[in-house]
Amino acid sequence: MSTVTVIHHGDAPAAGETRPRRRLVARPAAWLVWGVVVFFFLNLLGVVGSVLVSSFGQRWFDTWLPDGYTGKWYGEAWHEFALFDVIVVTLQVSLLVVALSLVIGVPAAYVLARHNFPGKRLAYLVFLLPILMPPITYGIPLATVLYKFGLAGHLSGVVLANLVPSVPFVILTMTPFIEQIDPRIESAARMCGAGLWSVFLRVLAPLLLPGMLASAILVLVRTVGMFELTFLTAGPDSQTLVVALYYSMSAAGIRAQQSVDAMAVIYTAMMLVLLVISLRYVNPTQLVARVKEEPDS
Amino acid sequence: MSVTATRPTASAGAPQSPRAHWRHRLAERGVDAQLWLLAPAVLFVVLLFLYPFFYGLGLSFQPTEGGPFNDYARFFGDAYQRDTMWITLRLALPAALLNVLASVPIAYRMRGRFRGKRLVTILLVVPITLGTVLTAQGLLNFLGPTGWFNRVLLALHLTDEPVRLVHNYWGVFLSLVITGFPFAFLLVLSYLTGIDPTLERAAATLGAGWWQRFRMITLPLLAPGLATTFCLTFVLAFSVFPSAVLVGNPAGETRVISIAAYQAAYEQYDYPYASAIAMIMGLIELVVISVVLLGRTRLYTGSTGGKG
Repeated sequence: MSTVTVIHHGDAPAAGETRPRRRLVARPAAWLVWGVVVFFFLNLLGVVGSVLVSSFGQRWFDTWLPDGYTGKWYGEAWHEFALFDVIVVTLQVSLLVVALSLVIGVPAAYVLARHNFPGKRLAYLVFLLPILMPPITYGIPLATVLYKFGLAGHLSGVVLANLVPSVPFVILTMTPFIEQIDPRIESAARMCGAGLWSVFLRVLAPLLLPGMLASAILVLVRTVGMFELTFLTAGPDSQTLVVALYYSMSAAGIRAQQSVDAMAVIYTAMMLVLLVISLRYVNPTQLVARVKEEPDS
Repeated sequence: MSVTATRPTASAGAPQSPRAHWRHRLAERGVDAQLWLLAPAVLFVVLLFLYPFFYGLGLSFQPTEGGPFNDYARFFGDAYQRDTMWITLRLALPAALLNVLASVPIAYRMRGRFRGKRLVTILLVVPITLGTVLTAQGLLNFLGPTGWFNRVLLALHLTDEPVRLVHNYWGVFLSLVITGFPFAFLLVLSYLTGIDPTLERAAATLGAGWWQRFRMITLPLLAPGLATTFCLTFVLAFSVFPSAVLVGNPAGETRVISIAAYQAAYEQYDYPYASAIAMIMGLIELVVISVVLLGRTRLYTGSTGGKG
């Protein structure tokens, strides 16, 4: 890939002005940039497509495309890897993680958005750390502790481990959201005689709902895709789909390659469904921009 | 984000008696009953993050045999283990650097409005959601000796025999690029769109060429964002585990440090040793990040005048 820096004349015309007519013949540098992008997408398509084609293929050796097509690998994968149970576990884990991280994270985000108190910067730093550290680094000590208390190897251990990055994530995405809600609305409700509880339930909750929905979906996507923490804490009956996929891949040779591919396709389909749902509610950059600039309080 | 919403401090004109109740005094500094809402989150972080971390730190100084620093000495004394650090850095640093540097020109092209921009962004999000495990499976199929990539190369007579791209360094590197590049790109794009385009147009009226405009206007404003992006991409690449096992050569070339930690914990059941390796891993990462962030403080970090 190139690291050429390109600037194009007359780009980003101001709205309202007459747009300069698009030139059909772009500069070579522009072609280079678009070429890199197209090359990247072609390879991406190859990566995803080869899994998809292989999962439907009858036999596929040393040819461009498989000999024939069949859907039998899906049935095989479904039975052999007990996918129904795995999917149920995945859903249980993710929904529990989403619910718990919202319950723990949203009140904390509210306090961080509305209050100035001594030690606020420290609180931010502590909530930021689990996101900045790679999961394996804190995952191994965490798994050790969870095993010590007999929690790891079960659903509860997997949920607890996955909460570690999720709660700070909810806090960091909800804090700016709450900051933009006018605090005078709450004061007005208070003046009209609403107690703390009814301010929360009848004024704040409806206003917070879109933000909570967005961060819930982001946490859901991240939890379904989270490999390391689940891998370190899961027992045989608490594997999520990614971990089961990893195990079936690393034991390659025992099972037919195609049924592993079929499982990968099922996982992809699940992620894509989540992705389509989440893109309805959140901006794509929000999926990655987990950490904003540290606030200067 | 700026913390604008503060509680109204010291209501106007209220006489502040020196003998005010201690609760009022605390409330004036922002400490009141609502802070209890923070309690569950703090308790959670302490119990599930700080306690395990310090437990692991303590455990790493209590090796199964020998003095308190024995496990660290064992790690640094064994060339097979020590090399994992360099292997990890050799993978993660170039991958993170390439992802960030390649994103800059592409994001620069795409920051304007054009047809299909939303489609491109959505397509770029796909590899992030797929995750490393699925990417590994795809790469094994696609880049393998009989995969489509090698078939195309052979058909175009670019090579005479299949290029070996999986089960070695390149497989892991490519998987880091495929998952890391979209991540870096979307971040850089959001930083770039936050820069006010009128600044550059003002420079253009003063007669600056495109290189001058980029070098003197855009790059200085973008640089802090690039540093942050580099850190986040590096964290992702540094903790590479599944792809190093699946598309790499986990016994040799791509035996990254997380594999060493995993083997100590789950194959030898030597938790003190595993904790020691995890601590070393965290330390290396913090060193790299703090070097970058320290350099970042020397850059201009203020308002970029845009919407971001």
